[in-house]
Amino acid sequence: MDELTRGFFQAIQLIFSADPALYEIIFLSLRVTGLALLVSTAIGVPVGAALGLSNIRARGFITALLYTGMGLPPVVVGLFVYLMLSRSGPFGVFGWLFTPSAMIVAQIIIAFPLVSGLTMAAVQGVDPALRLQVRSLGATRAQEVWAVLREARLGVIAAIVAAFGGIISEVGAVMLVGGNIEGKTRVLTTAIVLNTRTGEFSLAIALGVILLALAFLANVAMLRLQGKS
Amino acid sequence: MSAPIYRVENLRKEYERRVVVDVEQLEIYAGEIFAVVGPSGAGKSTLLRLLNFLETPTYGQIVYRDRVLDGHIPIETRRQVTTVFQRPVLLRAGVRDNVAYGLGLRGQRADGRVDEIIAQVGLQALTYASAHKLSGGEMQRVALARALVIEPRVLLLDEPTANLDPYNVGLIEEIVREQNRARGTTIVLVTHNVFQAKRLAPRVGLMLNGRVIEVGNTQQFFDAPHDPRTAAFVRGEMVY
Ligand SMILES: Nc1ncnc2c1ncn2[C@@H]1O[C@H](COP(=O)(O)OP(=O)(O)OP(=O)(O)O)[C@@H](O)[C@H]1O
Ligand SMILES: [Mg+2]
Repeated sequence: MDELTRGFFQAIQLIFSADPALYEIIFLSLRVTGLALLVSTAIGVPVGAALGLSNIRARGFITALLYTGMGLPPVVVGLFVYLMLSRSGPFGVFGWLFTPSAMIVAQIIIAFPLVSGLTMAAVQGVDPALRLQVRSLGATRAQEVWAVLREARLGVIAAIVAAFGGIISEVGAVMLVGGNIEGKTRVLTTAIVLNTRTGEFSLAIALGVILLALAFLANVAMLRLQGKS
Repeated sequence: MSAPIYRVENLRKEYERRVVVDVEQLEIYAGEIFAVVGPSGAGKSTLLRLLNFLETPTYGQIVYRDRVLDGHIPIETRRQVTTVFQRPVLLRAGVRDNVAYGLGLRGQRADGRVDEIIAQVGLQALTYASAHKLSGGEMQRVALARALVIEPRVLLLDEPTANLDPYNVGLIEEIVREQNRARGTTIVLVTHNVFQAKRLAPRVGLMLNGRVIEVGNTQQFFDAPHDPRTAAFVRGEMVY
């Protein structure tokens, strides 16, 4: 208990000490997760919207795939990406293994099903009569799709925030493909694992607090956006 | 009587092989108010969706302004016709944004016209209210206002006063009349209410099981119907 309290106060000190190593870890976490989120949003939102709007026969099958993807264990994704990027793997020539690029690839694979699956559900939740309504008011096909997306925007934002929360706190995949190399691929989650193992609890707690704060901020941002509409 | 704006011939719409609309012949004239009455499930709303080019006919076609429409319908044509639906669907936005929506689609600015029409339907106090917090009757008036603001050539009204109190029914009927008189808008009005049809429309048609049973000028239609089924419907004795 004593250790915990001491660790906690040291953690607070650390956070405000502008320790460069600490901020490097935070910055790398945000960069990896931010880029992964950007890519999976850029692909996942249109794909989810298209699936939600279309009547294709294969949709049931694709939905099952996406929902399975939403539950993928990150460590399995990490293993898969590791094999793909390892020297003898099909994409080994890129030399991405144990670099942030590999971590980004792994996080995209984890986030994409979340973004597209939840976007699809949000789009399907929009009143089908709305499409007829906007078409009747003179919407082109593109304007009609835009209107549906706008109606579904709360759900789409929730999808992106859920994906952010999922990948920023994920440890299995980034550990495997990034290797937790100090100053190179060490992010918040992998640093927590390391510091806990080596008994540096105050650092681990500081990192944990920061991770929680980031997830909290993302949700506050989402609630504010939802409140606006 | 002016030229027909719609000529419908052998128009059929089926859902899963069930015939819902089957109109042998129907003409709607430019600048008229034409009422469609008929029991629930007769196919009135489906007919309006066809006239608004929102559904593809299973068979037959619609001639609109002397052009046969089948397959792709150009957006300029589609934008001449709009519907106030039986169950209005408003966008998740304020009243004013909802009313201005059709202008935005056409790349036009939401200017004084929007506020003028909001006032006309008696909703100025709610201009900036959230559309999802409105009552049924208020929603219906927003739906009418947003149809009027785009100045359609044809206005299709599906039970536009179903949720309104007598004062607002009178208000809406006067707006409809004025729209027709001042702008020459062609209006097709679907209504359960035979008295409303009498008040607004010089010509009335009865729909039954997807078919147009009888079309006539209002006085003859109500006072001396040719078809016994029309007589039964008008007297409120129709069994359905
Ligand atoms: N999209 C659809 N798919 C399947 N059946 C439909 C569809 N739309 C309408 N129908 C059926 O077509 C028939 C006519 O419906 P429609 O809404 O046109 O009737 P209506 O005359 O407008 O009735 P009401 O006065 O109750 O509004 C109904 O039996 C309805 O169940
Ligand atoms: Mg109807």
